[in-house]
Amino acid sequence: MSEKVLMKGNEAIAEAAISCGCRHYFGYPITPQTEIAAYMAKRMPKIGGTFLQAESEIAAINMVIGAASAGVRVMTSSSSPGVSLKSEGISYMAGCDLPALIVNVQRGGPGLGGIQPSQSDYFQATRGGGHGDYHLLVLAPASVQEMAAMTVRAFDLADKYRMPCMLLADGTMGQMMEPVELGESTGGTVDKPWALTGTGMSRKHNIINSLSLTPDELERWNVDRYARYAKVERDEVLYEEYLCDDAEIVVVGFGIAARVAKNAVNAARAEGIKAGMFRPITLWPFPKKAMFERAKTARAFISVELSMGQMIEDIELAVRCTRPVTLCSRVGGMIPSPAEVKKSIEDAHAKLDGRN
Amino acid sequence: MTTVFDRPHALTDVPMHYCPGCGHGIIHRLVAEAIDSLGIEGKTVGVASVGCSVFAYNYFNVDMVQAAHGRAPAVATGVKRARPENIVFTYQGDGDLAAIGTAETVHSAARGENITVIFVNNAIYGMTGGQMAPTSLPGQVTQTSPYGRDVSAVGYPVKVCEMLSQLDGPAYIERVAINSVKNIRAAGRAIKKAFRYQTEGKGFSLIEVVSTCPTNWGMTPAKAMKWAEENMIPYYPLGVYKDKYAGDAEKAR
Repeated sequence: MSEKVLMKGNEAIAEAAISCGCRHYFGYPITPQTEIAAYMAKRMPKIGGTFLQAESEIAAINMVIGAASAGVRVMTSSSSPGVSLKSEGISYMAGCDLPALIVNVQRGGPGLGGIQPSQSDYFQATRGGGHGDYHLLVLAPASVQEMAAMTVRAFDLADKYRMPCMLLADGTMGQMMEPVELGESTGGTVDKPWALTGTGMSRKHNIINSLSLTPDELERWNVDRYARYAKVERDEVLYEEYLCDDAEIVVVGFGIAARVAKNAVNAARAEGIKAGMFRPITLWPFPKKAMFERAKTARAFISVELSMGQMIEDIELAVRCTRPVTLCSRVGGMIPSPAEVKKSIEDAHAKLDGRN
Repeated sequence: MTTVFDRPHALTDVPMHYCPGCGHGIIHRLVAEAIDSLGIEGKTVGVASVGCSVFAYNYFNVDMVQAAHGRAPAVATGVKRARPENIVFTYQGDGDLAAIGTAETVHSAARGENITVIFVNNAIYGMTGGQMAPTSLPGQVTQTSPYGRDVSAVGYPVKVCEMLSQLDGPAYIERVAINSVKNIRAAGRAIKKAFRYQTEGKGFSLIEVVSTCPTNWGMTPAKAMKWAEENMIPYYPLGVYKDKYAGDAEKAR
């Protein structure tokens, strides 16, 4: 399939997953991501795959653990409250070094919250979400095309680094329709000698496990895992810069917020304000090196978020507080308008006078 | 010289961590004997749970994964759906299967998932040091029911076989015990049948094994066996609770 088709973001994720060899999906219905499950329910039986609606998000993620242990490409998807329920299993996956894709099409919280778009699971996604020292590799698409492309990338990275990857989208990205071009099948080529296939009476039994009651052994497992994370931080950072080279004000946003930010930057430029946009594509690893470099030329940063201000902390850490960082955000399912973002650019610009 | 007794091949040759007199040793052996006798060791995948039997992954000589507390049937479902040609079993205690994992137990049974569940019921939480279990008997003294299980306050024990046998999904549900040689032999036959059913694609099997916990019951192993016989078995009657294919062998004759 290489012609352009019009698809919902959620459906693009599902079809992209199938295109790269994912034949196992376990999920539980929750708005605004249920189209992924519905799409899988239709497609999987026709291609010899498994779609299974679990009794809970908890069961679904544990089914993912089972299938990942068996060495196949597997995914689940949910939205914010459901991802909280999956967090126990995600911690186990990290502790067992199991590759899989977890999609979070975020909605407003906390608690049951709402069903409209949000980015308020940023902390949960980028800090791991469950117990223990671990990270997910977190990708944040900003178009339906990227929903598809990053699904494939997430599977590849999960296999490469033996870690769970998360696609962090939001209700807007999941529901909106855009033209998308789906690539050819790429995946499933990584050798998995650790997988549970049965010994065939020809090798020692494989054990997949996160338990060690020996402190120095458990410490070593953690240290080894973080050595792998260091490689991810070195090699897998992705970001986009738009009109940043001469920008005095840099607006930072991911996903849907970046699209609004881009419009606001254009509007500000039309009025002579040198604004640019910086879009982290990997949220973990956060593009902190590139942002630190950008802080050498930019004079102020604005974090545009659909949360009360979560990514702003990573921006402040990345620029090491060498530049002022302000927040432009809406929550509860609201999205900042281009006018609101432009106003925050103007405010930041007005405060520049007298500063170097 | 003829060998008349040996370690089953499906058990690894390592020292077990179980307390002296614990029922897990017997039940591990029965599971391993079933795997040996069906010749399925090379394609079997086991799922260890949380509790005293967590280290089962070291003892069974098959590929193993360790599941979060209560989630073993869901993990087993994932393995089985990914590799239907493999034989997949879980090994779970009463807290794991009948308290925190009730939903996973009920729904894997309702789906008729083609897996085998070995459920060890010793009416107490062993690993955490003897707390009340969902299967602790009325009046049973534990660390968290120090005045005896008060059913007016904490309710009644969960009878897993009785409950699951009401579902259409399961193929085979039986409760066995290890308090006597006769019962141990019957338990072995039931466990083997459960695995055989899976190889024949017959669907979900659960074997509940009434076992003992001498350490946390505060008894000698011999006294614990007696206690199980006199107190547990009357509350948890042994027998076949469901067998969709009962009589098939006779029909075939």
